[in-house]
Amino acid sequence: MVKEENESPNRPDNTAFTQQRLPAWQPMLSAGIVIPGFVLIGLAFIGIGVALLITSRNIQVLELDYTGTEQNSPCFQCSDPDKQNCVCTLQFSINRLFEGPVFFYYGLSNYFQNYRRYGVSRDDGQLYGDLSYFKEPYDQCEPYRYDRNKRPIVPCGSVVNSLFNDTFRLFQIVNGQQKEVPLDGKGIAWWTDYNIKFRNPTVTPLRNAFNGTVKPLFWPRPAYELDTSDPANNGFINQDFLVWMRRAALPDFRKLYRRITEGDYTNGLPAGNYSLEIAYNYPVLSFNGRKMVVFSNVSWMGGKNEFLGIAYLVIGTLCVVMSVVMLIVYAKFKFPEEE
Amino acid sequence: MGHCSSKEAAVWRCLQRNLLQRRREGSGPMTESTMKNCTMLNCITTSKYNVLTFLPINLFEQFQEVANTYFLFLLILQLIPQISSLSWFTTIVPLALVLSITAVKDATDDYFRHRSDNQVNNRQSRVLIRGSLQNEKWMNVRVGDIIKLENNQFVAADLLLLSSSEPHGLCYIETAELDGETNMKVRQSVSVTSELGDPNNLAQFNGEVVCEPPNNKLDRFRGMLYWREKKYTLTNQNMLLRGCVLRNTEACYGLVIFAGPDTKLMQNSGRTKFKRTSIDRLMNTLVLWIFGFLVCMGIVLAVGNAVWEREVGTLFQHYLPWDPPVDGFLFSAVLTFWSYVIILNTVVPISLYVSVEVIRLGHSYFINWDQLMFCSKCNTAAEARTTTLSEELGQVEYIFSDKTGTLTQNIMSFKKCSINGHSYGEVANPLGPHPKRLDFTPFNLLADPDFCFYDDTLLESVKVGDSHTQEFFRLLSLCHTVMSEEKSEGELVYKAQSPDESALVTAARNFGFVFRSRTLGTITTTEMGRTVTYTLLAILDFNNARKRMSVIVRNPEGRIRLYCKGADTVLLERLRPCKQDLINITSDHLNEYAADGLRTLALAYRDLTEEQWDMWSESHQCADKEEDLLSAAYEQIEQDMTLLGGTAIEDKLQEGVPETIALLSLANIKTWIVTGDKQETAVNIGYSCKMLTDDMTQVFIISGHSVQRVKQELRRAREQMIALSQTKDSEREEVVEGCGEVCFMKFGGAGKQSQCPPSNRMDNISGDFALIINGHSLAHALEADMEEEFITTACACKAVICCRVTPLQKAQVVELVKKYKRAVTLAIGDGANDVSMIKSAHIGVGISGQEGIQAVLASDYSFSQFRFLQRLLLDVPDQRSLEYPKLYEPGQFNLLFNKKVFFICIAQGIYTSVVLFFVPYAILADASQNNGEPLTDYQTFAVTTATALVIVVSVQISLDTGFWTIFNHVFVWGSLGCYFTIMFAVHSQTLFSSFPNHFHFVGSAQSTLLQPVVWLTIALATVICIVPVLAFRFLKLDLKPQLSDTVRHTQLMCEKKRRPAGGRVASNWRRAGSVSEGRLGARGGSRRSGYAFAHQEGFGELITSGKNMRLSSLALASFASRHSSSWIETLRRKKHAHTPPSTSGECTPALSHSSSVLGCSQEAPIEVETVQESRMIPTTST
Repeated sequence: MVKEENESPNRPDNTAFTQQRLPAWQPMLSAGIVIPGFVLIGLAFIGIGVALLITSRNIQVLELDYTGTEQNSPCFQCSDPDKQNCVCTLQFSINRLFEGPVFFYYGLSNYFQNYRRYGVSRDDGQLYGDLSYFKEPYDQCEPYRYDRNKRPIVPCGSVVNSLFNDTFRLFQIVNGQQKEVPLDGKGIAWWTDYNIKFRNPTVTPLRNAFNGTVKPLFWPRPAYELDTSDPANNGFINQDFLVWMRRAALPDFRKLYRRITEGDYTNGLPAGNYSLEIAYNYPVLSFNGRKMVVFSNVSWMGGKNEFLGIAYLVIGTLCVVMSVVMLIVYAKFKFPEEE
Repeated sequence: MGHCSSKEAAVWRCLQRNLLQRRREGSGPMTESTMKNCTMLNCITTSKYNVLTFLPINLFEQFQEVANTYFLFLLILQLIPQISSLSWFTTIVPLALVLSITAVKDATDDYFRHRSDNQVNNRQSRVLIRGSLQNEKWMNVRVGDIIKLENNQFVAADLLLLSSSEPHGLCYIETAELDGETNMKVRQSVSVTSELGDPNNLAQFNGEVVCEPPNNKLDRFRGMLYWREKKYTLTNQNMLLRGCVLRNTEACYGLVIFAGPDTKLMQNSGRTKFKRTSIDRLMNTLVLWIFGFLVCMGIVLAVGNAVWEREVGTLFQHYLPWDPPVDGFLFSAVLTFWSYVIILNTVVPISLYVSVEVIRLGHSYFINWDQLMFCSKCNTAAEARTTTLSEELGQVEYIFSDKTGTLTQNIMSFKKCSINGHSYGEVANPLGPHPKRLDFTPFNLLADPDFCFYDDTLLESVKVGDSHTQEFFRLLSLCHTVMSEEKSEGELVYKAQSPDESALVTAARNFGFVFRSRTLGTITTTEMGRTVTYTLLAILDFNNARKRMSVIVRNPEGRIRLYCKGADTVLLERLRPCKQDLINITSDHLNEYAADGLRTLALAYRDLTEEQWDMWSESHQCADKEEDLLSAAYEQIEQDMTLLGGTAIEDKLQEGVPETIALLSLANIKTWIVTGDKQETAVNIGYSCKMLTDDMTQVFIISGHSVQRVKQELRRAREQMIALSQTKDSEREEVVEGCGEVCFMKFGGAGKQSQCPPSNRMDNISGDFALIINGHSLAHALEADMEEEFITTACACKAVICCRVTPLQKAQVVELVKKYKRAVTLAIGDGANDVSMIKSAHIGVGISGQEGIQAVLASDYSFSQFRFLQRLLLDVPDQRSLEYPKLYEPGQFNLLFNKKVFFICIAQGIYTSVVLFFVPYAILADASQNNGEPLTDYQTFAVTTATALVIVVSVQISLDTGFWTIFNHVFVWGSLGCYFTIMFAVHSQTLFSSFPNHFHFVGSAQSTLLQPVVWLTIALATVICIVPVLAFRFLKLDLKPQLSDTVRHTQLMCEKKRRPAGGRVASNWRRAGSVSEGRLGARGGSRRSGYAFAHQEGFGELITSGKNMRLSSLALASFASRHSSSWIETLRRKKHAHTPPSTSGECTPALSHSSSVLGCSQEAPIEVETVQESRMIPTTST
């Protein structure tokens, strides 16, 4: 071959590629593959669906709305936006052991954290602890970039500004006595958020970094005083702050507030009566929003999720039905050349 | 010079007078009018840019592309902060990349153009300045300069030939670069200027030339020379055009008429029409629709935004007040509209253009690389000269093919003959071992070693001295106009005017009747080793009306004999009415030959007594120069002849031509032969390449000379077709019932039903019809009101042959089919005369490796053999489609990519996107990680959906991939790999820490993809998207299989069962092929004359006048010069009378051949020397 090429330089190369002779696998939608394939997929989906459904059924969920729009709601008087530092208490009971670990969520509905203008109004540079952004916040933070006196807001932007600030205390009522259920607020945010994405400026004490800046307008306290009880849980790595900053994709969402894993409640919440003390600060009535708390436990595949199991079951069944239809069609109109 | 070309019929005026100064005194001052009209230098620029203009011009050109402008538009939108929904660099990076790559490519191209411009502009030429010749660069030559050209030099500009070193102001040029023809042409100066021999005289020349403005017509020039108060008409015959090469002429002087960009060469190299494929147009339409769809979506979403802002957003202002400039929901909606235009820009498949271009580029490379389209004989590979037409190769419906050089090799070979009722040259057993080629050398030392003949009985017959056979070959050795040249003893070279004659004389030579030389009045031959000199008494020349030629010779014994060869139809009428048996047998033989597509001639002789000769000779003399009288005189003596036999010459087809045409016709591609050649020749080729067969229902010949006549003929043809097909249909219906292969038949009919009403009936014509139309009739048929009539008739025929057509008509035919049939057309040809056709067809194919390059330069694809066409069109995968040419049909009917298919794709796309959004929506709304953190966050949702999308698309692509080669694996898996790699990179800490506000997805990929729920979601979405497609395809395959599926399936099954390839489902065309071969064996009686003879009139006279021979005696010389002008006139007159008005390509070589002889013979004999070096000019001496 080499010799031949030497003879005529114009002759195209004789390679499998240039001569389009590459070995090729030619799949064909033959009945022998498609019909069993459908049966297999169908059976697998039905199996997974059943497993998911059973798992999901075993998960316990307790939702308590505390918006307080209704007259009889214990938080009715707190829903008045003019009322400051209002506290209301919600009573509820659990019939059987709420298996642990129990997760304590707060939920908001009709709340558009997914609104683009809202979502982009933040400065990840600031939140990464970059001091240059402290002086001149990212322009997307408008209208929460500078205050009226042209002082930079740190942290800036609407997401930050609208930080959820209701707080909760949970008590079990044992023999008429209120026994506080310890709530664990550590590690409720994403690991990457806590360790990578959000950083405090490397200035000690932390508050010095915020010199010349103002706190977000709606915040009662500046960022370095978010958690008065734990000095390490302040600034941009405050767990509640991190949870809020991971904005929801849908207008009805819930966010993790605390875990119940400690003390007498390691195995879960025992049956009995409980009271939830709510520091009602966050106004939602202006946009017809609702607020709730949710208690839930999880399985290997996460929280309660009926839809997934049902969807798997339906699709699996459809696949099996399809395979039967195809089998019938195939038997009737056999592929012409296959006799 | 814009001001000149804008004048319509205005004259192009050049004031020579002022330039006289340059000639005499060097560069002198010029008057204003000179400046205006005549300052053009001979400097050419084909480059587009210079350093300064490159950027603006190139960018301007690039932004004429829709895609680039669209990107620019997006970029501008993105720079408005209120609108911008994506970062600006998402647009500028790809845009800058595309722009810079194209710019670099353009710059490189232009650099090479600059280089070649420089090279050409700096060539040296000798210009007459200050009364003497000085070297000057080409670029400095001006209009009005006088240039001296030497032998083998390129002509620098369009020149008016003033004088030449040769007598009569003649010079010879080769025009290969201009029109692709390699034969020499003669040019002659105006007689008054031809005497201006030397520079001193020329410097005084102060004529004024008024001529037409610069144009691109290579074969026409009109002008006037005003000199010394006299007018001289100038024609193309006086012009030397830029690009020609001076040959066989020592030197000549020319006056520059057009320089630089005004030259005909440069005018012709104008921008070639940019060809766009129908897919391009369809894509443009679809992209526009999609853009409309995008705008609609933008409007819907903007309205949605307005409603939302009004109902919800106003309430939500507690957390998010409206931007100060956005003071209401309406304004917000307006901004949102633009935001959506940006964010949804990927809906517009701009990348589709890029993908399509890349695919086509790949196709072109595969065409270039194809070894099976490589011709080792001419060492040329196929070349895709245009990279943008590949898909149209799969949609061709009509092929327009040139004949000479494309279908045929233009080589004639002596195949068979019939002598005294005995046919020789038949191959006894076509299936037997290949017969041995006869070796003539032991028998005949003068034999031509290249001559092939296989039937040794003929040689035996000559050897045993059969008188008929010997007389037969004697005739062939005497009756012709060939000149011979004997370089050394026994080494004969024949210079024939037509290849037919050369073949016949060569045959005679090999069979022992060697034509050695001729003089004015003698022919010397070597007959069976014995030298014999015949006295040539007369040549009764050939012409198209007579269809025969004769010679009258006196042999050494003093007997006078007339030898005649010609068309059987003509000759058989002029035989002595005896030996009827022989006549019948011979004409049967000739018919058999004709049916094989061979070109036949009948041969006869007549003995003349001295009295007869004397008498006729006198009458002949009287008839001199009067054409009618002359032919009457010829008629008179060509009577009472005795039949000798007939010859059959094969006009050698290129390899594999009949097979290719048969295969293409099975693929529902119609082939039309469009040739400038004669009707007989073209029809013969039609038969030999099996386009025409004797089984055809009817062959219609349209050769009317008036509109009415043509119309009538066309109409009659149509009526007959309808009548015949009706009878045939009724026969066929009975046949079809018994026929099993209905599924193969059904396919063809459905596609095209959109013809104009009168043709409706014509569409359903069944039966094999053929139409042969002559050039002069075609001219009428192409008139506006006849077009439709012609096209309906022609398209109902299986085969169409247009003969004697001019290059322009070739293009018109193509345009006509394009216009009325809306079909994809392909034109294939090799000569300059095919250029117009190649340019106007959707796809132009040039045959390369032959002489001219003009056709190749104008073509989109070029290769060296006609048969490669089948591979070019039916390739993918080659073996399969060559075996089942029917697979080609879906492409012709556009079944694979059309609006319907497109909308199905769009519907599937919408379905997929709905699934991809709502499945994760429904699942993730409630889902949480197993550490309790919810999964509803925006970034998780985004990563899940995007991953599901990439996986669904990859699976879909895998389903659509029929051939999984290593590349498919690499690209499918590679793109998945790329997706994950890029995602992890973009979500990495490194990028985030540098640009925290742009890469804020940090960590999302890791966190999301670790969740089992996410993978369950992706799996669910994938299955929901793919399963319906899979089921639909399977059911379609079972219920309504396409031919391609069936073939694919069959082949795979065959491979599996290891049956021999091809198997039971034998290919149609092979069967067809064997049938036609079978037909060759058992020939039905063809009643068609196979006469064809590519010959030009006038050469007989040339010989008898002796003008083209080197004459040794002065006496003869004076005789020659005395007569020369008259015979030239005759030749010219006849040429005009017997060729179509505008010289069609096929006969151009012959014509120019004759004109070169014409030029030469005008010379005074002694000065002929240089000319005789030319290969064209036969020279002999006795």
